[in-house]
Amino acid sequence: MSASKKKAKITPLFDSADWDYAAVDKVFQAIQTIAIDEMGLDVYPTQVEVITSEQMLDAYSSVGMPLMYSHWSFGKSFVRDEASYRKGVSGLAYEIVINSNPCICYIMEENSMTMQTLVLAHAAFGHNHFFKNNHLFKQWTDANAILDYLQFAKNYIAKCEEKYGQKEVEKILDSAHALQGQGIDKFTRRQKLDSAALREKELARAEYERSQYSELWRTLPESNSKDSHEIDLIEKELAQKLGLPESNLLYFLEKHSPILESWQREILRIVRSIAQYFYPQRQTKLMNEGCACFVHYHIMNRLYDTGQITEGAMLEFIDFHTRVVAQPDFDSPHFSGINPYALGFSMMKDIERICEQPTDEDREWFPDIAGNNQAIATLKDAWENFRDESFILQYLSPHLMRELRLFNLKDDTSKPHYVVDAIHNEQGYKAVRSALAAQYSVANLDLDIQVTNVDLHGNRSMILTHNMTNDVTLEEKQADTTLAHIQRLWGYDVTLNSVDPNTNKIKKSYSD
Amino acid sequence: MMHIIDRRLNPKGKSLSNRQRFLDRAKKQIKRAVNDAIKDRKISNTDGGERIKIPADGLTEPRFMGDMRKGHRDRVMPGNRDFMPGDKIKRPPPQGQGQGGREASEDGEGEDSFQFTLTRDEFLDIFFEDMALPDFIKKSIKEEVVHEFQRAGYKRQGSPSNLNLKLTMRNSLARRLCLRRPREAEIAQLEDKITLLRKKDKLPIKDQKKLVALLEELEVKQKRRRIVPYIDPLDVRYTSFTEVEKPNTHAVMFCLMDVSGSMGEVHKELAKRFFMLLHLFLTRQYSKVDVVFIRHTHLASEVDEETFFHSRETGGTIVSTALEVMQKVITDRYPPDDWNIYAAQASDGDNLNSDNVRCQHILTQELLPQCQYFAYVEVWDRHEAEMFPSDGNVTRLWQTYDQITKSHENFAVRKVTGPEDIFPVLHDLFDKNKASEAV
Repeated sequence: MSASKKKAKITPLFDSADWDYAAVDKVFQAIQTIAIDEMGLDVYPTQVEVITSEQMLDAYSSVGMPLMYSHWSFGKSFVRDEASYRKGVSGLAYEIVINSNPCICYIMEENSMTMQTLVLAHAAFGHNHFFKNNHLFKQWTDANAILDYLQFAKNYIAKCEEKYGQKEVEKILDSAHALQGQGIDKFTRRQKLDSAALREKELARAEYERSQYSELWRTLPESNSKDSHEIDLIEKELAQKLGLPESNLLYFLEKHSPILESWQREILRIVRSIAQYFYPQRQTKLMNEGCACFVHYHIMNRLYDTGQITEGAMLEFIDFHTRVVAQPDFDSPHFSGINPYALGFSMMKDIERICEQPTDEDREWFPDIAGNNQAIATLKDAWENFRDESFILQYLSPHLMRELRLFNLKDDTSKPHYVVDAIHNEQGYKAVRSALAAQYSVANLDLDIQVTNVDLHGNRSMILTHNMTNDVTLEEKQADTTLAHIQRLWGYDVTLNSVDPNTNKIKKSYSD
Repeated sequence: MMHIIDRRLNPKGKSLSNRQRFLDRAKKQIKRAVNDAIKDRKISNTDGGERIKIPADGLTEPRFMGDMRKGHRDRVMPGNRDFMPGDKIKRPPPQGQGQGGREASEDGEGEDSFQFTLTRDEFLDIFFEDMALPDFIKKSIKEEVVHEFQRAGYKRQGSPSNLNLKLTMRNSLARRLCLRRPREAEIAQLEDKITLLRKKDKLPIKDQKKLVALLEELEVKQKRRRIVPYIDPLDVRYTSFTEVEKPNTHAVMFCLMDVSGSMGEVHKELAKRFFMLLHLFLTRQYSKVDVVFIRHTHLASEVDEETFFHSRETGGTIVSTALEVMQKVITDRYPPDDWNIYAAQASDGDNLNSDNVRCQHILTQELLPQCQYFAYVEVWDRHEAEMFPSDGNVTRLWQTYDQITKSHENFAVRKVTGPEDIFPVLHDLFDKNKASEAV
């Protein structure tokens, strides 16, 4: 009764499909009231930018960033996206949101007013909160500096092109892009993206460091004058100085390649820094989208409950939302893996359910949170402290596994059959859950490839070791061409071995 | 907490330079695709963009990735119906839509080729890339210099017709803001207040003082408005033009075609395609190209484009009539001193035997000295060409013209037997390398 009374009093924020600035502003205020005052979200200030579909295509091709240096591969994705968009094969995103401070949200001009409302709730509050609070983003990215850094990168590379020629710069960028996946510091904290002035100093220092390193490259005395033990010692010392083994190939090449000039090293550094910036996004895709979907769903419902949006708008929203969080079954023609929006959203709705209406099973599985009646606080804690892998391990409930009818298929390529290993039953819950979590683990997302040895007093050849996970070797053609790129940056022979980490035996060798 | 910014008016084409880089990178593949595209379509349709498909080799961005066909992995999937633990499912055959193949192409790596649209300019640039007018022709063009006006920034003096309103108003606005010129609305507001006060019959002391103050303020503002004008001579800018020397770029192209009975539809179609390509090429070289269409049977006449390409005619064949008409048009309308004259003649090689000598005479004595370039293209039906394969078997007209090529380097003869020959022939006629050799 009271709800209907309220509805009668409050006029909706908008009632036409077309948007204007005043309406967007009004809606933003209303959403903000719910997001900040009711849910207690903590966000960066928002900068909403209205763009056309053409500009959206532009943004697509430069990995969603507002500024990017020039490279043909961005042109390639541009012509491809454009062609598939014009043919109607794929639609465009309704928004792009950038992890920066202020948080930039691109919204498309052709969105309806309902869509703009949804997009603001989703991006400006959902993603924004996640960016600001998740520990990975806090630790690895620097929202304050990213735009300045991109500006610096763009200018720097443009200057290099002027000075050394577009072809030369393109070569280095091609090679660096090939190693993007191997340009990440996984075990140390991020370095701050510094301002241009600081970079100058840094460059000078790096230059000095490098000149000191030249000692390492001098020809060592004849090997027969030393016994093998001594050589071992020297090698160990060298390896220590070079920081071997090193999993960040781009970093290693930047610091130690004998043939690169300082501007080439700087370009490697730029590619590396940008790859590093995107690293947390890859590890939290599921949570990030889940968080944004949960937030927009909650906010839209609150707006509707308080009579601030019309039934028509609500219907439009529900239609869209249902499509976004749809999870086709494995045997459906639309199936293309697990939809991160769907799994993320349903896990978070499930946590809400556990907090508010737990069953006995939930009490047994989640004694900490079941029935605590603090769904939002529980979720905020999860958003802050987990990444996809640990989030699934911690929170995927038997209830949801049954609902999604999850099962695990063991695929051993040496056998003619797949084997159903575990299903959504009492014996299988834990196995399914850890198998799913493992799919989101760093080991599964990234190959473990390290520089393990550099023959400094011989032919300067470099040896890379790929520690195989699950006996998966590398795709040969790709590996060979990528090695050619490493060789271009290193200047001498490069060999890559796929090694079984259990037996330390080389399973496969690649060389250019 | 929120800014909203309209970026829709930002300059478009942020990706243009990346697009250009990509096209450069894919040049080899695109060139092949463009040449293929031109074979199966009418040149006149190039007004829109051209969709082309290129193979992806050389454009892949390699990276290390796991081999989907090796090792073992877990796949957690939704929507179980009746699987129980331990069930075995036969592996689908590795070919076709295997899991591996699809995942690879999702990442944009496994693709074999992809399709996109070139703009008309990009298309034609690539199409005519290695063609140029022969150098000996360019020399004569350079001698002809005309003067042309070109935009050259802004200046403070100029004629009123060149007044640049936008810049002037911008300067004016900036100056008015800086010097705090009162706006009309402000003054109107003051005046309103004053009239309001004056309307009252009896003013208390406080209001009287207020009135005086208002009047003073009004006076100050009005004075200021007079001192700071709306537009000051300082603000005014004119668009500037400078005169630049430009080589004469006027060209006229004569299209001569035999439309007599012996020219079948196949012949005509080939000839048309040739003319269209040539026309396209010339329009890209010259800012202005006039085209004169002359068709002939045993009589020749100048006709419009439509008639030239589409109407039917029968009769005998006397080539020299066309040459005479061309000569007449040149003398009437295109004095060779002012015009670069090109001519292309298409025929199946039939001619009245007695006319060949006359043709030779007109060409060598009158036309060739005036022309930049004269190309004769003989069109053969494909099975005609198959029937008379030997080189010795040539038409009389060909024999005659062949002699002329020996003494005149701006004259060329070529043979075309099918649509796929046309571009190579045109390419051959205007090859860049050959052009540089001619110097």
